[in-house]
Amino acid sequence: MDTNLMVFGAMAGIACLAAIGVVAFNNPVRSALCLVVNFFVLAFIYFALNAQLLGITQILVYTGAIMVLFLFVIMLLNLGAPQALMEKRDSKPLLGVVVGAGLAGLIAFQVLYPMMATQAPPRAANDFGTPENIGRTLFTTYALPFELASVLLLVGIVGAILLAKRRIG
Amino acid sequence: MTGVPLWMLLALGLFMFCTGAVGVIVRRNPVVVFMCIELMLNAVNLTFLAFARYSPSPMLSGEAVTQSAMAGQMMVIFVMAVAAAEVAVGLGIIMAIFRLRNEVDLDEMSAMQG
Repeated sequence: MDTNLMVFGAMAGIACLAAIGVVAFNNPVRSALCLVVNFFVLAFIYFALNAQLLGITQILVYTGAIMVLFLFVIMLLNLGAPQALMEKRDSKPLLGVVVGAGLAGLIAFQVLYPMMATQAPPRAANDFGTPENIGRTLFTTYALPFELASVLLLVGIVGAILLAKRRIG
Repeated sequence: MTGVPLWMLLALGLFMFCTGAVGVIVRRNPVVVFMCIELMLNAVNLTFLAFARYSPSPMLSGEAVTQSAMAGQMMVIFVMAVAAAEVAVGLGIIMAIFRLRNEVDLDEMSAMQG
C-alpha cells in the first residue's frame, strides 16, 4: 500500500473522529478542543495539497483567532459546566443522524461513486499555492472581491462592537 | 500527496459537512451550533482546494487549469473572511441574547416566531 495513502488515511481518520467529537461531546469546551484538532489536521492536508499559504492561514485564522473567540464566549457565558445545558433525551439525535446519513449517502451515490473510477493525478502546477502566486492573483484579477471582503470585515467589526456595547433595558 | 485520488478528499469533505449538518440539527447549545457551521464551512474549503489542485474537468487545458486552481484558492480565502466576520457577529448576538434572557437554549428561543 502506498505511503501517501496511509498518511492521508491516518489524517482523515483523525479529522473524522474530531468532527464526531464536536457534535457528540456534551461539554462545549471539549467540542471546541475537538474542533481545534480537526482544523489542525485540515491545515496538514492543505500543506499536503501544496496549498502552503492557505495551510498557514488556516492555522492562523481558525485554530488561532476563531477558536480563541469561541473559548472566550464559552467562559463568559459559563457554558463550560456540563450540567449547564444537558441535552434532552428524545428522538431528535436519532432523527438528526438519520437525516445526516441520508444526505451523505445520497451525495456519495450521486457524486462520489461515479468519480471512483477515475484516478487522474493532480493537474495544477506544484507551486499553485505559494504566497507569491496567490498574492499576484488576489491583487490583480480578484482585487474588487478582495476590497469587498475588507468592507465586510469592517462591517463585522462595527456590528460586533455595537452588539457588545449595547445596554439592554 | 500524489497517490491520493480526488474522491477520497471529497469523501472526507462530505463526511465533515454531514457531521456539521447533523450537529446543527441536533445540538441545543448555540456556541456548539456555531462550531458545527464552522465545520461545514471547512468541509467546503477542503472540497474547493481538492478541486483546485486536481482540476479534473476535461474541458480545461493549459492556462485554464492554472486559472481554475487560483479561483478555487480565492474562494477559500473569501470563505475564511466571511467565516471570521460571521463568528464575530454571531457570538456577539449570543452574548446579547444571554444578557437579555440569562439562558442560551436554542429550543427555548422563539422570540422571532411571529
